[in-house]
Amino acid sequence: MSDETKAAIRTFIVENFLFGDNSHPLPADLSLIDNDLVDSTGILELVGFLEERFGVQVADADIVPANLDTIERIAGFITRKQAA
Amino acid sequence: MCGIAGYCGGNIAPERAADHLRRMVDALRHRGPDGEGILVRGDAGLAHTRLSIVGLADGAQPMATADGALALTFNGEIFNYVELRNDLAARGHRFRTTSDTEVLLAAFTEKGAACLTDFNGDFAFALHDARNRRLVLARDRMGVRPLFYTQHEGALFFASEIGALLALPGMVAEIDPVALDQIFTLWCPIPPRTAYRNIFELPAGHLMTVEDGRRTVRPWWQLSFPDRGDAEPAGRFESRVEELRALLADATRLRLRADVPVGAYLSGGIDSSIIAALAARTVTRGLRTFSLTFRSEEHDESAWQRQMAATLDAQADSVECTTEAIARHLPAVMGHIERPILRTAPVPLHLLAGRVRARGMKVVLTGEGADEIFAGYDLFREARVRRFCGRQPGSARRPRLFQRLYPYLPGLKQQTPEYLARFFAFGSETLDDPLYSHRPRFRSTAAAKLFFCAGLKEALGDYDAAEDLAAQLPADFRRWHPLHQAQYLETAFLLPGYILSSQGDRVMMANAVEGRFPFLDHRVVSFAAGLAPDAKLLGLREKHVLKEAARGLVPAAIIERPKQPYRAPDSESFAAPQTPAYLDTVLSPDRLAGSGLFNVQAVDKLKEKVIRGQVSGFRDNAAFIGILSTQLLRGTGAARSTEPASSIGIS
Repeated sequence: MSDETKAAIRTFIVENFLFGDNSHPLPADLSLIDNDLVDSTGILELVGFLEERFGVQVADADIVPANLDTIERIAGFITRKQAA
Repeated sequence: MCGIAGYCGGNIAPERAADHLRRMVDALRHRGPDGEGILVRGDAGLAHTRLSIVGLADGAQPMATADGALALTFNGEIFNYVELRNDLAARGHRFRTTSDTEVLLAAFTEKGAACLTDFNGDFAFALHDARNRRLVLARDRMGVRPLFYTQHEGALFFASEIGALLALPGMVAEIDPVALDQIFTLWCPIPPRTAYRNIFELPAGHLMTVEDGRRTVRPWWQLSFPDRGDAEPAGRFESRVEELRALLADATRLRLRADVPVGAYLSGGIDSSIIAALAARTVTRGLRTFSLTFRSEEHDESAWQRQMAATLDAQADSVECTTEAIARHLPAVMGHIERPILRTAPVPLHLLAGRVRARGMKVVLTGEGADEIFAGYDLFREARVRRFCGRQPGSARRPRLFQRLYPYLPGLKQQTPEYLARFFAFGSETLDDPLYSHRPRFRSTAAAKLFFCAGLKEALGDYDAAEDLAAQLPADFRRWHPLHQAQYLETAFLLPGYILSSQGDRVMMANAVEGRFPFLDHRVVSFAAGLAPDAKLLGLREKHVLKEAARGLVPAAIIERPKQPYRAPDSESFAAPQTPAYLDTVLSPDRLAGSGLFNVQAVDKLKEKVIRGQVSGFRDNAAFIGILSTQLLRGTGAARSTEPASSIGIS
């Protein structure tokens, strides 16, 4: 997976869930739920962003923490989707 | 219903004291436009603004006993004053007036503070005992009527509203950062703390005595539940339903006592409907009802309101509350609420009370309190589902129940069981956590602290509002059933700290309207507390016993309709093109930086998102209303105080 993908995801999270607060630690393996960065509507915002930015289709069954709960997992999920 | 104020101690010169009392009276006039009075005696002073409801001709206050020993300033009602008066008269007391105020004085003369337990009512009062040079402050069991105090000029000053204390020369309005943290976690400050530093609240059901300069504060009543496992005998449910119906009828009958007409709020739900139905049996010439309507389907209940009003043949009145009205009125409402809020829900209730007043009425009954004492809120059902899921954390089916709990939250419909499990966090908490029921709410609310600025975060350090709350719980809390623990948290803290204040007394009294709450009659509260948990929450059927008691009084369709919590449009009220002009001023970088509370850049991005109409999640809605209300409050408080607010810090 490319660093570019991770950077784009990180930028989205910082802008939308952290409102530009760069001081918040955001390692690629940080759980977005456990750290209260996303709630149930935030997940849907994230899915909308991934579909638009990366041109992937996210099925309902894909919306699970295993795919979307960290920057690392999201980037891996995008890579798999794009390769499929 | 009125406003009260006063002081004790401090060797304040009589002229200065009278000036202080007049300032406080000026700040409380909206609570009592029908009359006012001040009384300075010895080292104490009492003040009163009057809304005449009982004893219209002869109930002026402050009122003293015939021998001058006791003097009283009293806000509220003692609904059983007729019975108490008869008892006291039988013991030889002579009454000069028809008011409940004089009954309180006589009862205190007879029994001292022990008389409080005889009172069925909503009250806050200050009583000065000249012989013993003692001042007594007391507040009703559930916290319907407010009472605040501060130490100033060497004296204890008290008042129905913080604004009256801030009207004193030299008082400074300063937001308390710990209170802000509490509100941004628990939705309300933990009493005696208020949103303002150095201003305190007498907690509900408490009594303060000031004697020789010493203050003692103690509870005179406390909400309690039976020990877990002390279940009621089987087969008593039917008789409990009958008992409840009789109790509610009597609680409503007592609350119709007034020398002015009494109306009723009608939301379209079961709680206000049953109260209105009981009132309609007694009120001659037709009951007047008042309802709120909204344009958005998710908030509006007008079809149910019309059905209930038609059933009662009531003279129904309604106020349509638009998003534009919410945005326009929020600043004025904040001046009355005097504490940050995370929802706009108080604003429509302010407009509704305004309509009551505009129709020439001063008193309304409401269904407030039923959701707390009969376990009506979704939170109680959610906690039960979380425990159910927590027992089988791997189940893919069980988390689907959350979608049934919140059919009105579209964001949940598309979630997989895995995410539902994580959002409701049923795997991560121990089942014996005393705050188990409230953890998801506290956690999702506290996420809004993301917008606190670095300085505030640093000042707060590792302060944890939830742990602070846990430390306030009574010793026997752990012995109660989990439902009762959840009910206690809701009833002892959020009810007085938000529902009865920000959505109750403050927005009603801003319009000189008195709310009366039959569900909060202490007999009903004690009855409900003593019921087995399943009588209240049967499976996921909320308010089970109340629904059964409502049969025959309320149409079955209203009894069985899904619960719709009262909510109002939040951040969407501020979206373009109707964004109010004041938003840019109140949330300007200068004003934000000046308050030293919030992250200027992050708030600016949040504001832009709100204006674009893109804020939909719980955290961001709560954060936006919380930040905006705090900034509005700060403006109001600072304007009232005689000195500018200084920078924050924790005392």
